[in-house]
Amino acid sequence: MSDDYNFAYLDEQTKRMIRRAILKALAIPGYQVPFASREMPMPYGWGTGGVQVTAATLTPDDRLKVIDQGADDTTNAVSIRKFFERTAGVEVVTSTSEASIIQTRHRIPEEPLGDDQILVYQVPIPEPLRFLEPRESETRKMHALEEYGLMHVKLYEDIARHGHIATAYAYPVKVEGRYVMDPSPIPKFDNPKMEMAAIQLFGAGREQRIYALPPWTRVVSLDFEDHPFDPSKAEHPCALCGAEDAYLDEVITDDQGGRMFVCSDTDYCETRRANGHRGELAEDAA
Amino acid sequence: MDDLTLAGGFSDPAQQSAQAFRAVMSALARPGRIEAVRGAEPPAPLSQAAGVVLLTLCDPETPVYLTPSLDLPSLRQWIGFHAGAPIVGADECSFAIGPWEELLPLDRFRQGCSEYPDRSATLLVETPLLEARGATLRGPGIRDTAELSLPEIAAFQQNARVFPLGLDFIFTCGDRLAALPRSTEVV
Repeated sequence: MSDDYNFAYLDEQTKRMIRRAILKALAIPGYQVPFASREMPMPYGWGTGGVQVTAATLTPDDRLKVIDQGADDTTNAVSIRKFFERTAGVEVVTSTSEASIIQTRHRIPEEPLGDDQILVYQVPIPEPLRFLEPRESETRKMHALEEYGLMHVKLYEDIARHGHIATAYAYPVKVEGRYVMDPSPIPKFDNPKMEMAAIQLFGAGREQRIYALPPWTRVVSLDFEDHPFDPSKAEHPCALCGAEDAYLDEVITDDQGGRMFVCSDTDYCETRRANGHRGELAEDAA
Repeated sequence: MDDLTLAGGFSDPAQQSAQAFRAVMSALARPGRIEAVRGAEPPAPLSQAAGVVLLTLCDPETPVYLTPSLDLPSLRQWIGFHAGAPIVGADECSFAIGPWEELLPLDRFRQGCSEYPDRSATLLVETPLLEARGATLRGPGIRDTAELSLPEIAAFQQNARVFPLGLDFIFTCGDRLAALPRSTEVV
């Protein structure tokens, strides 16, 4: 750990400001609390919101896991893990069950989280209505008045055009019957997992918003009676571990149309393989 | 400025406030859960838990209201030195501290507005008794139901009715605390 920085990089007054925002966010689930997001030593779009929330939440006893699209070994995950190793001196892990704080970009781990865990999401655009209404003054009024008709029109237009709701990620949810919330760009496959035992915190650095879900908050994916929500996934088992219940990435393997489907959650896949599960393309499979 | 004013703060602010914040967050995210905190020794009659919350969350950006029995020179100086928070009236404060009877009536405090419900006060209620039984709680952060000893019920029911506006409460007793956000339904 470097002594050149305050614990977890941010100064104490910034952390207090973020902590107050997190508490108000937990008190009003789904509501986006404005906060004075700081410049971080990484560009916007690289998880500056999630990093600030993690920095304000970390204690020296934590075990931190960082994933990017489910993987522990991609650039964004590695750089953020290194950042906190250096500035906070915390232990970093890749095992979902061993982590006390998990910062994530665009996935929820497959393994269910426990009530002593915290999941921190990196959020690019926190406002679910932003692409329907660009003016902040208007979207704020729409949330205040619970005026969410536009969002249903958007989903309806999906059905009119494609025959089904074509939104596959960042699928809007309604929190405790009040606020419509952007779950960050997680696949809609992950939406049903959001009613969980862990605390979920969302940080959007560029857009300067923090929002949160306390454990077991009711989170309902928006749908219609005749087009109920469907958390679809690829119709394949994982080629490496054989998992039937995990979210899969499609990997192109050659230029002859060859492809394989593998777990997006690398820790889940590795743990299953360590326990003897084999998919059809696993190296030592028959 | 005497020794009493200068003493009693965090010895290692970064780490102790991080640990204290986790306890407060855990309590607020799971209404009914009681957490122990330590690290601050504020002048009497302020409880240790209230002192820890003050040092963790308050600074020059958060006006604090002290109810009459806590509005003492020793406490004003302690808060001024360690947190730098201005002491103001009930209608302007971000945080209010005092026993339940002195915090009433609650309509003096800022409840937020419909576009910014987060611009509301957090009340630190000093209580002689804090245990996980009494009123039944339901809502976000609670899987089925939870229980918490509350000074009364009607005021919290009224507070939950105006959701998403409303006040958030942290109950402090000795070195322990629990919380009741506005989202909790008190049955």
